[in-house]
Amino acid sequence: MITGIAASTGISIAKAYLFEQPNLNVEKKLIENVELEIDRLEKALDQAKQELIQIKDHALKELGQDKADIFAAHLLVLSDPELINPIKEKIQMEKVNAEFSLKEVSALFIVMFEQMDNEYMKERAADIRDVTNRVQAHLLGVTIPNLNLINEEVIIIAEDLTPSDTAQLNRQFVKGFTTNIGGRTSHSAIMARSLEIPAVVGTKNVTKLVKPGDLVIVDGLDGKVIINPSTEEIDHYNEKKVSLEKEKQEWAKLKNSATVSLDGEHVELAANIGTPNDVQGVLNNGGEGVGLYRTEFLYMGREQLPTEEEQFVAYKTVLENMQGKPVVVRTLDIGGDKELPYLHFPKEMNPFLGYRAIRLCLDQQEIFRTQLRALLRASTYGHLKIMFPMIATLEEFLEAKSILLEEKELLVSQGEEVSSTIEVGMMVEIPATAIMADQFAKEVDFFSIGTNDLIQYTMAVDRMNEQVAYLYQPYHPAILRLVKMVVDAAHKEGKWVGMCGEMAGDQTAIPILLAMGLDEFSMSASSILPARSLISKLNKKELEDLIPTLLSFKSGAEVESYIKSIVLNNDGKL
Amino acid sequence: MVEKIFEITSEAGLHARPATALVHSVNVFASNVNIEYKGRSVNLKSIMGVMSLGVPHGAEIKISADGSDEQEAIQAVISAIEKEALGVVK
Repeated sequence: MITGIAASTGISIAKAYLFEQPNLNVEKKLIENVELEIDRLEKALDQAKQELIQIKDHALKELGQDKADIFAAHLLVLSDPELINPIKEKIQMEKVNAEFSLKEVSALFIVMFEQMDNEYMKERAADIRDVTNRVQAHLLGVTIPNLNLINEEVIIIAEDLTPSDTAQLNRQFVKGFTTNIGGRTSHSAIMARSLEIPAVVGTKNVTKLVKPGDLVIVDGLDGKVIINPSTEEIDHYNEKKVSLEKEKQEWAKLKNSATVSLDGEHVELAANIGTPNDVQGVLNNGGEGVGLYRTEFLYMGREQLPTEEEQFVAYKTVLENMQGKPVVVRTLDIGGDKELPYLHFPKEMNPFLGYRAIRLCLDQQEIFRTQLRALLRASTYGHLKIMFPMIATLEEFLEAKSILLEEKELLVSQGEEVSSTIEVGMMVEIPATAIMADQFAKEVDFFSIGTNDLIQYTMAVDRMNEQVAYLYQPYHPAILRLVKMVVDAAHKEGKWVGMCGEMAGDQTAIPILLAMGLDEFSMSASSILPARSLISKLNKKELEDLIPTLLSFKSGAEVESYIKSIVLNNDGKL
Repeated sequence: MVEKIFEITSEAGLHARPATALVHSVNVFASNVNIEYKGRSVNLKSIMGVMSLGVPHGAEIKISADGSDEQEAIQAVISAIEKEALGVVK
């Protein structure tokens, strides 16, 4: 059995599909039979074309014309005389093997595209690499795995999965996945939760231990992966699966109810979203609002900034579809690990401590003002709240807010309709802000605690770095003390506090946060019903008495085991 | 040999998708077809060649066809450019 990090709940039993890039290293060999070598090349080209046609058809069916067009262009590369003829000529003139000739000639094109000024053209280098690698794989007799072409029930086993890999997953067949690297907040983990497939990440070496076709159990509840399980293990997990299904049916009954603790305290459960398409998932899971709309996805995966009109349409869609429920929009949080190639920022030594989020927006105000105008114009279509990310100082918040007010006045003077009830708040994700929360609380309408970054900055731990992952401790008393400071400071000024980090949906953290008085919990949509079910069984008044003890502990491990023994049972459940 | 000059009116210029359409439009013809932009001429049957030109919005390009079916080839280019709303004949 392998243990990793439980990234997405549920249990799956299926055959392993190893998603690993094969070794495509080639050696230069001198050949005698030129005809034979050219035949080998032609055959590999044909096989690669057949594969691409299949992928293109699949993309057209599942992802639409745009994605299919990408593969149509890839297909043309394989028929490109400017690529193919030089490869053949090199084989003939230099009497070298097809692999080597292909590698040398395609490298020339890759370099040519990489050296172009235009970002779009630079990205085409990756396309050429992708296509020529496929031919190379056929020449070498190895297989390039393709997530698009999976047509039986499998569990994906991979080093890591990029967002584009996860976007290709076919939920009909992909029953779960497990990766060597990653944590609860890595992209693949977040994607797994939104696709609602079980996942265990950060197993370190699962790809080394599993062979293609092995039977695998992924236990996304406890973060375990079992390879070639015994009959007893299969029975055990099948039972667990059934009881999980029952639990799900119980949760579903809570879909349309309010979130109320056993002793009658009401809190709000909201969801984190990235695009207007995510709204349906929020409503399906009984979300009482959107606690975090990550607008940066509007800016990513494209070649220039989104226009005010494009943004307006996206914001309006989200607000309308949420049917009057509150929507907290976070203004552009870009920089750090999330780059926008078209903005051409220099590489930084410490991107997480660098030029990002509100720092960038206050510096490049046109970008910021465009977004604010789009938001203000959309505000009449629903219940909008706006918050600024990465606020470190009071000056930053006041400046951001005054820019918002300027744009609002400007719009009103131009005769545009703008809602008069927009709340303006901020993220608390820098320890300095949490410590100064009493000062900020006088100026804001609300706080939203971003725990992913707050933990990273408080513990001085890079949350993507496996080697120091043990320091990423959500239950550490240092974090809990900061959270409590923020909640108390806000309540003293009559303001509300939400939390939009992963911690808000964590079953062990929920009793603590409820006891501290958190007003709004924002999480992955799929965590909402389990959280509502848990809260309905908790007595807030009784839990409040535990707070002094929790804050007096010396480590996160002590907090966790205390909560699990006093409040939850050892399974982490009530 | 026949040639035509076009102005690229599409916002995004001659990027992958319309380039694919253009290459497709001439692939079936025997004639040599070339596209010229800023003094550089490349084979219009080569997707990589066409993309390497990096033709932006507003650019002027020259397309020439030379061979037994040059008239049909240039006609196919014109239709493809119109169908893709890529540009206008100058």
